[in-house]
Amino acid sequence: MILYKQAPALLVIIPLLSAFAINIGGWFNHRSCFPIALAAMTATLGASLLTIAQVLQTGPISYRLGGWPPPFGIEYVVDHLNSLVLVTIALVSLLAVIFAKLSVEKDLPDKIPQFYTLYVLLVTGLLGMTITGDAFNLYVLLEISALTGYALIALGDNRALPASFNYVILGTIGASFYLLGVGHLYIMTGSLNMGDLFNILPNLYATRAVFVAFLLILCGVWLKMAFFPLHTWLPNAYTYAPSAAGCLVAPLVTKVSVYIMIRLMLSVFSSWYVFDVLALSGAIVWLAVAAILFGSILALAQKDLKKMLTYLIVAEVGYMVGGFWLATVSGITGTILHIVNDALMTFCLFVFAGIVVYQTGGQKLTDLQGLYRKMPVTMTAFTIGALSMIGVPPTAGFFSKWYLILGAIEAGSYHFMAALLISSLVNAILFFKIIEIAYFEPMTDHHGGKVHETVISEAPFSMLLPLLVVAAGLIVIGLYSGTIVTNIIRFSIPAGL
Amino acid sequence: MEYLISHYNYWIYILLMMVGLYAMLAKNNLIKKVIGMSIFQTAIIVFYVSTGAKREATIPIIAHGHGHDTAHAVINAAHYANPLPHVLMLTAIVVSVGTLGVALAICLGIYRRYNTLEEDELQEQLQ
Repeated sequence: MILYKQAPALLVIIPLLSAFAINIGGWFNHRSCFPIALAAMTATLGASLLTIAQVLQTGPISYRLGGWPPPFGIEYVVDHLNSLVLVTIALVSLLAVIFAKLSVEKDLPDKIPQFYTLYVLLVTGLLGMTITGDAFNLYVLLEISALTGYALIALGDNRALPASFNYVILGTIGASFYLLGVGHLYIMTGSLNMGDLFNILPNLYATRAVFVAFLLILCGVWLKMAFFPLHTWLPNAYTYAPSAAGCLVAPLVTKVSVYIMIRLMLSVFSSWYVFDVLALSGAIVWLAVAAILFGSILALAQKDLKKMLTYLIVAEVGYMVGGFWLATVSGITGTILHIVNDALMTFCLFVFAGIVVYQTGGQKLTDLQGLYRKMPVTMTAFTIGALSMIGVPPTAGFFSKWYLILGAIEAGSYHFMAALLISSLVNAILFFKIIEIAYFEPMTDHHGGKVHETVISEAPFSMLLPLLVVAAGLIVIGLYSGTIVTNIIRFSIPAGL
Repeated sequence: MEYLISHYNYWIYILLMMVGLYAMLAKNNLIKKVIGMSIFQTAIIVFYVSTGAKREATIPIIAHGHGHDTAHAVINAAHYANPLPHVLMLTAIVVSVGTLGVALAICLGIYRRYNTLEEDELQEQLQ
């Protein structure tokens, strides 16, 4: 029972403390790191499930850290919106740690404790950002997840270091803008608690300082989520990161930033202020259209599998930002559903890329030749992920895209609908190109000769397991997306849209 | 003019921030970029700290608040400086030191591998 009540705090404390345990365990034996991380991630998933169960039963929870009442103490607020994001984070990080085991042993044999320590700290940061109800606490956790993210990416191959450096510079600008925006809000209101800010701000909507705070926060969050044209750090950073780190960072960091945007816009400012008073929606939807087209077209031009996927992330961020700023019920529903779906789809595709790197040693599209025969199970799971990315029913990707398109029609933003359809078409071309290479083209080595048939085989079980779970998950979530929308997402939409 | 002078703390922070931003985006040397990043973060710390500063105000501790006099001592909030922005900046300083450490470690790694810290030379080698 006490476990049940304390679940929101445990969600952040378990991964945080496991970071120490992994570090200490790593001194004695490198092999103790993985079991500790696995246990911590399993416990975190358990805590997140307890939390969502509690929310579904009794409604939003306010958890007071140390028992201090809200405007003075730090408060954790769990409602329908973030309980869903919390479960997604916990699930993906558990699956990614299972995938990471062999990948880390191969790529980073002498940095195993460091990798897992950074890994669990990154998860701590992401969960904390999602659960907190305090604007400054959010900044600190944002930086925890960013700092560990920089370090995880820098562990990658040669080109990872310059990419990570770029990410440090732009990520710091983003976080600093956010901090500055929060500073403006604090000067105007004298509060840092989100609920408190929400109550005080309406009297101040006409002031310039609040508008500046809004702009600074929005720009900061956009930099963090790599929204076009602030995306320049993302493709290289995610491409050259070690596979194991990429599987955690790529699906979660941008999605959590999208969640942060929704949370700040709806729970600190209000839907009335951001949609009706400011009237910026039209311009932002156009930017999102640009992001989708830019990401899709550049993805089409890539010859490197991982780099192609990173440009698709840029396009997907455009989906979510645009969907939110459509300011319609369907648009916001689609955005929230897409946070979950896109996290799983991106995870599926990055795990696939990780397996390809692990088994073939290359990540060019040409390295995929003949893989359907060599790795039928992997390729089947990849095909499900690809279909979901294109938006073929009954995979999850179809349903969020459906809501987004409905939202675009409701809002009369036909350019956004067109961008979504073009992007689906580009995804179809991209993934059928991959399927064609992997299915029909005979396997050759880089000099054009036949390689030995025995070199490449099916991936090891610990790598297949997360891939299969997430591929099944994409279909299950697709089939149950109606249930998710009516039981969870419906409560997150602000009244009066 | 009076407006400029009465808000001098804001002008200083904006100036510092722009210096930092310029260095981060326009400088060629990676260490200079890192220094720019530090200046940028410090500018925000200056901003927060200056908002909590007040002339002729004291630290928020009630000096004669204990014992029998508690009821008689008049507490006027205007006499005290707001400690919260300063406390928040302790955390922000820790964060900026952490960022600086990570950035320098990455620079060190880049130097060991590419033997240069100039961005244009680095780009040449990456091509």
